[in-house]
Amino acid sequence: MLEIDGIAASYGNIQALRGVTLSVEEGGITCLLGPNGAGKTTLMMTIAGILKPRRGTISFLDRNITGMRPSGVVRRGIALVPENRLVFPHMNVHENLIAGAYLRLGKSKAQVRQDVDHVFARFPRLQERTKQLAGTLSGGEQQMLAVARALMARPRLLMMDEPSLGLAPLVVEEIFRIIRDLHADGTTIFLVEQNAHMALQVAHHFYLLEQGQVSFSGKPGQLSEHEVIQRAYLGKQQGRDQSATDRDQPDGTMLRSG
Amino acid sequence: MDFFFGLLQIIGVHTILGLSAYVVLQTGQVTLAQAGFFSIGAYVSAMLTVLAGWHIVPALLVAATAAGIVAGIVGFPALRIKGLMLVVATIAFGEFIRLFWFNFDYQIEKKGIVVGPQGGEGFKQIRFFPENGWSTLDVAIFIWVIVALIMLALWWTDRSRAGAVLRAVGEDELAAQSVGINLTAVKVGAFAAGGFIAGIGGAIYAHYTTHIEHLNFGVMLATFAIAYPILGGLRNVFGTLVAVIFIQGFLVEGLRFMGDWRNLLFGALIVLAMNVQPRGLIDERSVRLVRGLFTRN
Repeated sequence: MLEIDGIAASYGNIQALRGVTLSVEEGGITCLLGPNGAGKTTLMMTIAGILKPRRGTISFLDRNITGMRPSGVVRRGIALVPENRLVFPHMNVHENLIAGAYLRLGKSKAQVRQDVDHVFARFPRLQERTKQLAGTLSGGEQQMLAVARALMARPRLLMMDEPSLGLAPLVVEEIFRIIRDLHADGTTIFLVEQNAHMALQVAHHFYLLEQGQVSFSGKPGQLSEHEVIQRAYLGKQQGRDQSATDRDQPDGTMLRSG
Repeated sequence: MDFFFGLLQIIGVHTILGLSAYVVLQTGQVTLAQAGFFSIGAYVSAMLTVLAGWHIVPALLVAATAAGIVAGIVGFPALRIKGLMLVVATIAFGEFIRLFWFNFDYQIEKKGIVVGPQGGEGFKQIRFFPENGWSTLDVAIFIWVIVALIMLALWWTDRSRAGAVLRAVGEDELAAQSVGINLTAVKVGAFAAGGFIAGIGGAIYAHYTTHIEHLNFGVMLATFAIAYPILGGLRNVFGTLVAVIFIQGFLVEGLRFMGDWRNLLFGALIVLAMNVQPRGLIDERSVRLVRGLFTRN
């Protein structure tokens, strides 16, 4: 569904992505794990069109979307739930959702209202807080609102950047339950996470991103959770760990060495 | 009585000016170019009524459109800059327009007298209202009909889906982009709409003062333009109106008995008002208060 080929991106002189190649299968949950500074958020922003890549191509449903404007990317059917949720704090819950329906501005009002109802049915907690300012919601509710707002664009692919960030364990459980529900309802999900334990439970396929490059691609179980967690949090140690990994996990697809 | 009608005219025109900045501020852009757009409305409409002999209404619409187009053009470079840099850039642009009028000469002879903008001397004899026998009251009514129309249009926009989009851009651009909001369209559109409204204000201003010159459209006027919505609050259009009445009606006219001390108190009261009502004169609390007066329970 989403094919990313050799994407390189940088902030000024700092190269954040050094040729990332990965793909997201339609109808699945794909996870991208990796330590801080590996380039996960940069990749999300590049796919969303907010950052322009230096090299490489991004195609979605067999159409090239490289360098397209963010509004164009959303129109093609990709919505991003940004890192740190980024709800509109001084607008109420309802207004946040309405802003998410931007692409249908000037079109049927009834349809948008129907979508709002649909989203409220999925998130009853938000419905109770329709008139509440988004900035006064709890972290978990804000995350729900950010997801709900992205759903207002009716995406075919929902990208979520660290939805569990800064949330209490019970709330994280709830967010992941929502992810499963969304998937069950037919939404393709591309998830960036640091919480490897939770992510591996829902993922159908996952990638490890280290220092701007994909270092592992496979299914959960192909790499021990211990190994994933170590690499997702700390990054790979040079040399010694690398050879150990190759020996210990012969069936894991090693794409690159440290 | 003419004094009060005159005051009504001033308040009306300043409300329009404040509303022009209100639209742009909602998208999170601080603009000090509104005096420039205001001056385009003033000069263009005056040239149309005086030199071309048009009626005020079409002249006003054409002048406002011209100001809106120029504002839209300014909106594009403004997309790339934010915050303080945008403030500086819009000041520079406002001054650019003002200095254009300082250098602009275009005079022709009409009925034996030479009329038209004359550089630093300004543009005199903009006499559409007196020539057509409009009294101060007529002019005040004309102005307030327009103020009411603009306020109604903006109030309706605020409550519509478009209002949510405008404010979303002002709140968080990254989040706005991630839900597919086209920043270019929204920000340039807000600038153009703000320029159009400022142009209407300028057109009216030129005709009730009958004499305009470049010095009328300096940074001070631009500062007033953003001070009204900021002081009044960006919650709704009535904040801007209340702020204009507070500043022009109370601080400028009401305190005239204090002589030269007035200016000193003027600044102090604005600072005080902002401290007492940090979210603007019309905020959630004052809205509840006013609602409470009209609903019984």
